[in-house]
Amino acid sequence: MPAFNSQSVLVVAAILFVLGLIGVLTRKNIIFMLISVEIMLNAAGLAFVAAGSRWGQPDGQIMFLFILAMAASEVSVGLALIMQIYHQHKTLDVTKLTALKDENENVEM
Amino acid sequence: MPVLFYISSIVAIAATIMVITRYHPIHALLYLVVSFLAVATIFLSIGAPFVAVLEIILYAGAIIVLLIFVVMMLNLGTETAIQEKQWLQPKTWVGPSILALVLLAEMIVLLVKGNAAADMNVPAVEVKQVSISLYREYVIAVELAGFLLMAGIVGAAHIGKHKKRYLHRFLQNGNGITKTTEVKTEEEKGLMEEVNH
Repeated sequence: MPAFNSQSVLVVAAILFVLGLIGVLTRKNIIFMLISVEIMLNAAGLAFVAAGSRWGQPDGQIMFLFILAMAASEVSVGLALIMQIYHQHKTLDVTKLTALKDENENVEM
Repeated sequence: MPVLFYISSIVAIAATIMVITRYHPIHALLYLVVSFLAVATIFLSIGAPFVAVLEIILYAGAIIVLLIFVVMMLNLGTETAIQEKQWLQPKTWVGPSILALVLLAEMIVLLVKGNAAADMNVPAVEVKQVSISLYREYVIAVELAGFLLMAGIVGAAHIGKHKKRYLHRFLQNGNGITKTTEVKTEEEKGLMEEVNH
């Protein structure tokens, strides 16, 4: 009976994480960025569960439960923010959301 | 041979690639559901059945429904009918359906074979073990997770609330009335008139 190799699961988790990171870095729609953050959280949870079942301990699954609770609260707050952004700016493009940009850089202080 | 693990990994990666390359949010969310289901199958094959069930219920159930509701609420207007027409085209749903059917075939094989964790030769970490450890060593973290969820609810309710744009309480009934009523509907306008008289 060959031993359980957790490397393949960790490779899958790393690929999913990198895909989520690419999504955050390349997409300009703020909903897609939130979805990509969810993918990254899910990949982190997969790595935790893989490590937990590598050692036969339940701690990895418990960490996944906490990641799940954090993802749920994060997505609720994030979606409320998205609704407010859409109502105030009528757009979801992050390149147009420049309210915090330092625009008068060449004006002397 | 962990064939089922490899199949569900390929399904998960393919669905995730489709998620981050779609243009329409609903299409991306369809693929995201399939991605979460595939990750749940991975959990099942590495001996974590409880987490697999939670993944389906919470990620593919609750979080996806939240995202879909927000996408629906933000797409009001004349585009809705055109989108309805676009959603019913087969090329929208045939991709997620094929990937989900692969997962269904895996699930049938697992149900027929009986032991899901035998796929990766790993002993399953049972629910009893998880819950004993959760409520013994990690009980403080459980309560902190409760605080976090409470803060999330209160924060979402506070941020998502529609604030009335009164500039000042002196301007509320006087000069600012033209500024404040332009965001209101007709019924609220009539109600404000009654209040003012």
